[in-house]
Amino acid sequence: MKRYSVFAIAREALRYHTGWERAWRSPEPKKEYDAIIVGAGGHGLATAYYLGKNFGITNVAIIEKGWLGGGNTGRNTTIIRSNYLQDPSAAIYEKARSLYETLSQDLNYNVMFSPRGLLMLAQTHHEVRGYLRTVHANALQGVATEWIEPARVKELVPIINIDGPRYPVLGALYQARGGTARHDAVAWGYARACSAMGMDIIQQCEVKGVRSEGGVVKGVETSKGYIGCKKLGIVVAGHSGQVADMAGFRLPVEAVALQALVSEPIKPCMDVVVMANTVHGYMSQSDKGEMVIGGGTDGFNNFTQRGSFHHIEETLRALVETFPMISRLKMLRQWGGIVDMTGDRSPIISKTPLGNCFMNCGWGTGGFKAIPGSGWAMAELMAKGEPGPLAADFSMWRFKEGQFIDESVAAGVAH
Amino acid sequence: MLILECPYCGVKAEETELSPGYEAHLKRFGPGSTDEEFESYMFARKNPKGVHFERWRHVYGCGKWFLAARCTATLEVFGTYPAQTSEPPADLVAKIKAKRPDWKGYK
Amino acid sequence: MSTRLAKGGRLIDRAASQEFSFNGKRLKGYKGDTLAAALLANDQMLVGRSFKYHRPRGIVAAGPEEPNALVNLGKGGRFEPNQRVTTTELFEGLEATSQNHWPSLEFDVGVVNNYVARFLPAGFYYKTFIHPRPFWKHVFEPIIRQSAGLGAAPKDRDADRYEQAYAFCDLLVVGGGVAGLQAALVAGRAGARVIVLEQTAQFGGRAVVDGEVIDGKPADDFVAAALAELGSMSNVTVKARTMGAGVYDHGYVLADEKVADHTPGDGRPKHRLWRIRAGKILTATGAIERPLSFAGNDLPGVMLAASVRDYVVNFAVSPGDRTVVVTNNDDAYRTAIALKEAGLSVPAIIDARTNVTGELPAKARALGIRIEAGRGVAKVLGGKRVTGVSICLQAGEGAVIDEIACDAVAMSGGWSPVVHLWSHCGGKLTWDTTNAHFRPDAARPPLNHDGGAMVYAAGIANGAMTTAAALADADAAARAALEALGIKAKAGKVPEAATVVEAPMEAVWIMPQGATPALKAKMWLDYQNDVKVSDVQLAAREGYESVEHTKRYTTLGMATDQGKLSNINGLAILAGALNEDIPQVGTTTFRPPYTPVTLGALAGEARGEIFQPLRRTPMHGWHEKAGAYMEPVGLWRRPYTFPRTGETHEQAVHREVINTREKLGLLDASTLGKIIVKGPDAGRFLDMLYTGVMSSLPVGKCRYGLMCNEQGFLSDDGVVARIDEETWLCHTTSGGADRIHAWMEDWLQCEWWDWKVYTANVTEQYAQVAVVGPNARKLLEKLGGMDVSKEALPFMQWADGTLGGFPVRVYRISFSGELSYEIAVPASLGLAFWEACHKAGAEFGAMPYGTEALHIMRAEKGFIMIGDETDGTVIPQDLNLDWAISKKKEDFLGKRGQMRNHLASPDRWKLVGFEALDGSVIPDGAYVVDAGVNANGQRNVQGRITSTYFSPTLKKGIAMGLLKHGPKRMGEVVEFGTFKNGVKGTLKARVVDPVFFDKDGVKQNV
Repeated sequence: MKRYSVFAIAREALRYHTGWERAWRSPEPKKEYDAIIVGAGGHGLATAYYLGKNFGITNVAIIEKGWLGGGNTGRNTTIIRSNYLQDPSAAIYEKARSLYETLSQDLNYNVMFSPRGLLMLAQTHHEVRGYLRTVHANALQGVATEWIEPARVKELVPIINIDGPRYPVLGALYQARGGTARHDAVAWGYARACSAMGMDIIQQCEVKGVRSEGGVVKGVETSKGYIGCKKLGIVVAGHSGQVADMAGFRLPVEAVALQALVSEPIKPCMDVVVMANTVHGYMSQSDKGEMVIGGGTDGFNNFTQRGSFHHIEETLRALVETFPMISRLKMLRQWGGIVDMTGDRSPIISKTPLGNCFMNCGWGTGGFKAIPGSGWAMAELMAKGEPGPLAADFSMWRFKEGQFIDESVAAGVAH
Repeated sequence: MLILECPYCGVKAEETELSPGYEAHLKRFGPGSTDEEFESYMFARKNPKGVHFERWRHVYGCGKWFLAARCTATLEVFGTYPAQTSEPPADLVAKIKAKRPDWKGYK
Repeated sequence: MSTRLAKGGRLIDRAASQEFSFNGKRLKGYKGDTLAAALLANDQMLVGRSFKYHRPRGIVAAGPEEPNALVNLGKGGRFEPNQRVTTTELFEGLEATSQNHWPSLEFDVGVVNNYVARFLPAGFYYKTFIHPRPFWKHVFEPIIRQSAGLGAAPKDRDADRYEQAYAFCDLLVVGGGVAGLQAALVAGRAGARVIVLEQTAQFGGRAVVDGEVIDGKPADDFVAAALAELGSMSNVTVKARTMGAGVYDHGYVLADEKVADHTPGDGRPKHRLWRIRAGKILTATGAIERPLSFAGNDLPGVMLAASVRDYVVNFAVSPGDRTVVVTNNDDAYRTAIALKEAGLSVPAIIDARTNVTGELPAKARALGIRIEAGRGVAKVLGGKRVTGVSICLQAGEGAVIDEIACDAVAMSGGWSPVVHLWSHCGGKLTWDTTNAHFRPDAARPPLNHDGGAMVYAAGIANGAMTTAAALADADAAARAALEALGIKAKAGKVPEAATVVEAPMEAVWIMPQGATPALKAKMWLDYQNDVKVSDVQLAAREGYESVEHTKRYTTLGMATDQGKLSNINGLAILAGALNEDIPQVGTTTFRPPYTPVTLGALAGEARGEIFQPLRRTPMHGWHEKAGAYMEPVGLWRRPYTFPRTGETHEQAVHREVINTREKLGLLDASTLGKIIVKGPDAGRFLDMLYTGVMSSLPVGKCRYGLMCNEQGFLSDDGVVARIDEETWLCHTTSGGADRIHAWMEDWLQCEWWDWKVYTANVTEQYAQVAVVGPNARKLLEKLGGMDVSKEALPFMQWADGTLGGFPVRVYRISFSGELSYEIAVPASLGLAFWEACHKAGAEFGAMPYGTEALHIMRAEKGFIMIGDETDGTVIPQDLNLDWAISKKKEDFLGKRGQMRNHLASPDRWKLVGFEALDGSVIPDGAYVVDAGVNANGQRNVQGRITSTYFSPTLKKGIAMGLLKHGPKRMGEVVEFGTFKNGVKGTLKARVVDPVFFDKDGVKQNV
């Protein structure tokens, strides 16, 4: 792999950039791999990357039905934070956040992690108490967050209306090292690094079946033929239920649409990420200048990557109320993703009823921020066959035990 | 933006009049059931990419819960029917079969 | 230079001159101009700077596809960035400024990016700015952010308002060109309910500009007649200035009507957002002309050929004195002819095709125009304005044959149907080799709720590229849509248009075909985002080979025009680089909206006070007058406290607590949920709903009840009163009434549908006043009318009667530990009763109190509060409420859930009281730490605060919370982790009984 640097660019510029090599190879599948990851989204690629980096397992194929990074990795609002309440969540999201801090250097690919700060507004007294609880929990979990008063909120976000007649801002939960990253670059950077380690990323290859013998996985039937494997990791977000079905088990997961939108780009007007959960909306400004906006999910099973307009309307109503100056900006583009929601809205990183077959799913609306941590934990699970401490609580059997990881408890914020 | 016809009041209800209720025909398991039965009742979901039976309430209309057969991949609605039944009506199942020959059936 | 011609101009009114300003310069235009036309008429070709390289940019198009000419419009509360000059109608006093430059449009420092453009290829930022690590956030990113972003951020609150409206129709026709009008006529005549949307102020589309002849008359006549006929039909609505923005599932369409953009401040809403539900949708949205990729095709003065025609014909504006036409098709000859007929010079038509035949080239030749067949543009000459073109062989590598001086270039690379609305809900496209474009594939339309086709494409939008074909296609599409709707169309003849025979176009994606890398690095695909042919080829070379990868890697098509000009050209370049066919590469996904829609219009009228519906109790106005500080509780707003002059909220709350404990407090409890449950099976039903037994409750008595969800977690609580044999009244929490009522209906309708039970949510039918304190009975006795003595109305009973002449139902229940009556009156009498209580209570020290005093008093008594002690993970057993859970019942909602391992564990955290050793108030949300750390290095914890207050009664801090094995640890000292103002600390507290005050209930049992 040729390293990326300003010098490499200067060198290439002289020959009109004709000398750049492929960021990742496009190989045909081998007969068998030590491990196959189904799904070349952020989570799948990160899993492969840490299998190689942390455990030296590089005889790995990442199989993708469409194009790498073409699912939720490429259609989220790029928020990165770890201000979670429950210990298991805080642990994995903080692991992810801390890996994001150095990811550009690790991958030699600028993923533009921008720890510009993230605010969750408290707009009811109930929310104030919820966030105070989170701040206390975070302090003990090693997650740096703080409670800030309205005046400080206004200082950080000059365009905010803190005295709204209906929901004045009573303060906020602030994570100074939360922020955003360039979503596509995360997938591409991991893909390039995986390919450089000799892993095969096989795009346009759909899994049609899972072959097993004596309760242990043997390989996958794909649109490019049968591929054997010693271990199988299923990391396919919205389509988890379908692939699990092929592997012979059912998941506590429902797929629903989550929508987002961007405005036309304007000059910088907001440095931090703001989430307003009472009124259901969140917003940040991308490096291109677009206001990136998201809200809630639709309430019905949906695989279309399209959502219903009234959710967009509700989100914009909330944000125009919170940031009155955006009223005259224009919506440039809206889209939807398919998110997989579990019974407690927290993910599953787990062994499955099928031997040597592992599942990583259920990230719901909060998957992007978790990518490095999720890959790290999943790689450990696949390499060792048993979950490490990061994944231990995210077993798919927790529902039977009633041992939920419920993030909605503090102030109604799921992800 | 779905439209579902409420089988009680006959109104072609706009999605904003409705409140969704996810999978239909779940069998309730109470005390005396095994952990597995209870778990499957509470959590295991079919979540099909295709024909799905689901609950809706005409909440800003007549207030009645009803059930719908809908394709989650195309959003085509095959039909709606009252909630007071433990499985889909036979004529609806036949209609879906005719439209989707590959459909594996309700169970 | 660009200028206004002496005569002509279909749309302008030369008698109505309008003054406007651009960058402070005062200019004149005419009524009917677009801002683009008026700018060009004033020789203002340079209007902006590009996104990345800050290259000078001029007007390219005449419609919504314009990528370059975006300006800041207006000021103050009417300031709007990124307004397209091509779709902005001119009005008197319009003020526009150019964007994305510093210090000025003519001299922009950012253009330095242009000089180092070679070092800034697609994706360069992924490859650099990696080291040193902190530099991305602190150095590189701020520079990139400042350099990117187009218009300025508005600073003020929007001065305008927006409206939303709903409409329903059988057939929605999007597009008011001749195809759309013909379709509307067919549907209108058939009696269908029809809505026609046209995004501009004029109808007729291209046909009227290009002088088409329909049924032997000018197209203008056809349009006028069609509009007159449609206007006469009561079943047809025709809307101009209304853009079909997005198609959503099941025939839902959003349309944005620009009501007052051209008359700002006239009192009308700026936009009206139409939410249309259509039986079928017919898209007659025309096509968009494609640029050609030659070096320097982004210089100001290079424009789309048909747009040049638009300016000449519609506005009598000539973009240049000498215009070279560059084309791969016959249509562009119309531009040359129009220019020539307007008396302007056309030095040459450069046609990439070697064999140029056909009627239009013949006409051009006859007009004396030089035609260079088989040639291409090697390079456009000039800096901030075109000064000439050098031409070369199209088949070659760009060796210059000749140079031609000119001040404008009109280019045409063919036409792409507008397929956006067709595609929003999954309509598929097919590649048309003849016209080198994607058009709707009628066999794979977007589907409606019934599985049938939802959208019909018609006319040029469907690939029917001549007026005659478009009319016939639209007629047929309308008939097909009507048939699917079950509406019988009337027989009728399709209007006939005279057809000019055009020779086939030839797909030309790069000019010249064998262009060198140096030339390709100057061929723009996406003007606004500065994406060039070389960038797309680089992406392909580096393996970003899916069209989505290329789009995202290069930002092709991600600008404010969403690739209207660039997508197909970029796709073709990508396909070429990958050695694949264009249809194999496919398109990116089309997403709403078609053109950007103002957020204010999408948000609608819900702003400020009417942001959300406000629920008011009958006493709401009284509270406001009394100066209450309100807090939102669901959609209600409840008085938090009633501060007096000079009091802090905290002081006011303490006064309210003390006064209630010592004298008399009055609380507006009207928001409390009240649900009547009635019927032969009501008792059985409530026994399933509550953890306790309600069927055995005697008539006239009250019982506290808990409700759990099926998981077993506590979801609501409240007092239940048995009204008669078959009737119970269930009180819920203020926030829970609607949720619990829906919960009841869910079970009754979907699980126990054979049980005879009826429910009614009567929360708003009653006002409720809590009369609390040692003087409570005195007040009621003074009001008089019923016996409220200890004997007649003991604790946990209710009675109907009258008080002070008001019909009342009095519940003797207490959430404060005081002698307390909750009195329900019909809502209409609520305010009068509340006022009567205050009047009669004055002598007993009556004062209103708010929710915070309520919370403190309940905490002093150790009563739990849903939402404080519970958070969705707490079961009643955690709160030592086992006494309220029936052991006898076989089943109730939540019982099975509570049997699961984790919920039945003896190690759960349980409710206790805490008192800080120093008497202080323990911080809200603090956790009780335990020894050591867990496997993830997080500090172990063993409990947490759920409620914490300063008790004015006890004059010290009190708290409730959950603690592992809590009730067994009374008296133990535990440690809380505290965190305030960024400082971590600890606080020691003693585990105590959660009932801090009057444990024996002496005060309430009087």
